[in-house]
Amino acid sequence: MSKQLHEITFELKAQNPTDFVEDFAHFGVVGSGDMEVIIEQKNLDGAVKVKIVTPVTGYDEVWRRVLERFVNDTGVANASLEINDNNATPVVVSLRLRQALSEVD
Amino acid sequence: MKTKKKWDTRKTDYLERMSGAEPYINNGKVVAAEDTINVLEAVIRLFDRVNIEGNNQKQANFLAEALIKCDTQRIHDLYMVQSAVPLPVHLDMFEVGIAKKLDFAYGGPMGGRVAEAIKNGKLELGAIHTYLELFARYFIDLTPRVSLICAYEGDADGNLYTGFNTEDTPAIVEATKFSQGIVIAQVNKLVDKVTRVDIPGEWVDMVIESPKPFFLEPLFTRDPANITDTQVLMAMMAIKGIYGEYGVKRLNHGIGFNTAAIELILPTYGEELGLKGKICTEFALNPHPTMIPAIESGWVESIHSFGGELGMQKYCEARGDVFFLGPDGTMRSNRAFSQTAGHYACDMFIGGTLQIDKYGNSSTATATRVAGFGGAPNMGCDAKGRRHPSDAWLKCGAEFTSQSEYLGPMPRGKRLVVQMLESFGEKMVPGFVDELDAWQLAKNANLALPPVMIYADDLTHILTEEGIAFMHKCRNLEERMAAIRGVAGFTEVGLAAKSTETKALRDKGIIKTPEDLGIDRQRANRSLLAAKSVRELVDWSDGLYDPPARFRNW
Repeated sequence: MSKQLHEITFELKAQNPTDFVEDFAHFGVVGSGDMEVIIEQKNLDGAVKVKIVTPVTGYDEVWRRVLERFVNDTGVANASLEINDNNATPVVVSLRLRQALSEVD
Repeated sequence: MKTKKKWDTRKTDYLERMSGAEPYINNGKVVAAEDTINVLEAVIRLFDRVNIEGNNQKQANFLAEALIKCDTQRIHDLYMVQSAVPLPVHLDMFEVGIAKKLDFAYGGPMGGRVAEAIKNGKLELGAIHTYLELFARYFIDLTPRVSLICAYEGDADGNLYTGFNTEDTPAIVEATKFSQGIVIAQVNKLVDKVTRVDIPGEWVDMVIESPKPFFLEPLFTRDPANITDTQVLMAMMAIKGIYGEYGVKRLNHGIGFNTAAIELILPTYGEELGLKGKICTEFALNPHPTMIPAIESGWVESIHSFGGELGMQKYCEARGDVFFLGPDGTMRSNRAFSQTAGHYACDMFIGGTLQIDKYGNSSTATATRVAGFGGAPNMGCDAKGRRHPSDAWLKCGAEFTSQSEYLGPMPRGKRLVVQMLESFGEKMVPGFVDELDAWQLAKNANLALPPVMIYADDLTHILTEEGIAFMHKCRNLEERMAAIRGVAGFTEVGLAAKSTETKALRDKGIIKTPEDLGIDRQRANRSLLAAKSVRELVDWSDGLYDPPARFRNW
């Protein structure tokens, strides 16, 4: 049985934004790991554009909440976030996002 | 007026039953394996209360396999009183009608079949107990008439060596024999002289050398290779925010990867925090292989064990300063004593669960499985009979806000009962729920009560990836529910949290996040584990730990 992948996209804005300064950052592996995240600098008027590719359906709202909290807690702005998920739980998503961001700090 | 009454009917009955088995008993108390069914049919009567020894570790599986082959015309509707029913044969017994009633503590892998058998009328369930609770009833109203037990060695006089895996044997044998019941032992080896007398020969009626050694489940072995970064983060919070905060020296760890992670970062993170000698010095605990690095690093002064863990025997024997060894040099476990120690002499229980409801009740029961909780509830509760103080117990009691509602100004301690739970489990199953599946199970399996492992009033701390909720510091149910919401992550329960409310609880020290505790999330990864694989555990043990084949991947 082939796994149907599901794509979720949305835009968020931090309450206290700080620009993402690196051009590009990549963190994690999707194949043997739980998820990978690619962060790219983009001029988005202070917004963060999120694209998630995941085999799991029915959790769009949870993804949005996890990302909302991440963006607000870190203030990340003007960036595009691409997440390739391999069944990571929200816990792991939060942890990986924070790890990705502090890698470039 | 005094009427004439016989006071030795049990004894008469015992002698009468034994006379039927007499032709098969030779050379003292020895019965040949091929005569097992004959002796069982001779001494067991319909409706008897029968115990087949077995818990979550060792199993008298040869005798169980023989019992089910008995003539169902002669033996049926038995009332099984036994710790556990984890083998298929235990449930087959109800399918074929040999057994009808059951009082037990742990179903493990057969939990689904127990629920099914109850539903289709094949099994009449008395109750789900804890181990200690069931042992207690062996001496009151559930005394077995016949017990089928197991041992490593037996001799012709009936002396048994149960050694490393002594476990439930003494409790079962004492209850049975001292009420003139019949005790039959399967032994791995018939010997001239047993290594040590764990059960005196007088208390045993028959000894049978089984064709194969008794079944032993390595239930407490966790492969460090499967520990996740999130579990390391939670382990760091546990050590810094609870163990260190309260100075917890005497404790029990439940089974699971969460506690395995704690064990494996004691020699790294724990050492770094300067907690060696201040926490984790005495345990009521099975010989967890993941404890090896902490033991080798000198953290642990004493461990008393419920049972033996496959592969750990040689290691334990070589660490006589830590484990309980007999004069012969081999270890003796004892479930009744270790459970008592876990209940009365430990300051903390910490373990995992599957679900916590919005009130703080926690359970591992699912809607279709009657699995039971083994010994967890005896350690995961406040021991109300405890009278001796310790620093951790007094500190927790002093923080227990609502205690004065009952006691006035009278001081009293409190056991720390900690549940670790990731807000989402495997396959995105939420750990925090509105209603426990246990309610549905109670309906499905016709139980009088939803099976709860730890009740909210005993639970002092909930630890998730979000932080620690100090439940006992809350004033009332409303505040406790808010504290649970505050650590329930992105589950439905957690999404109902109000950020202002959670903030207020953080200010009061009722919720502590990793940041509040000064824990750097960046460090929460597997590199903190003192051993990252079973192979590394073997290395730490100087080759003394001999892991079962399924854990060897090198």
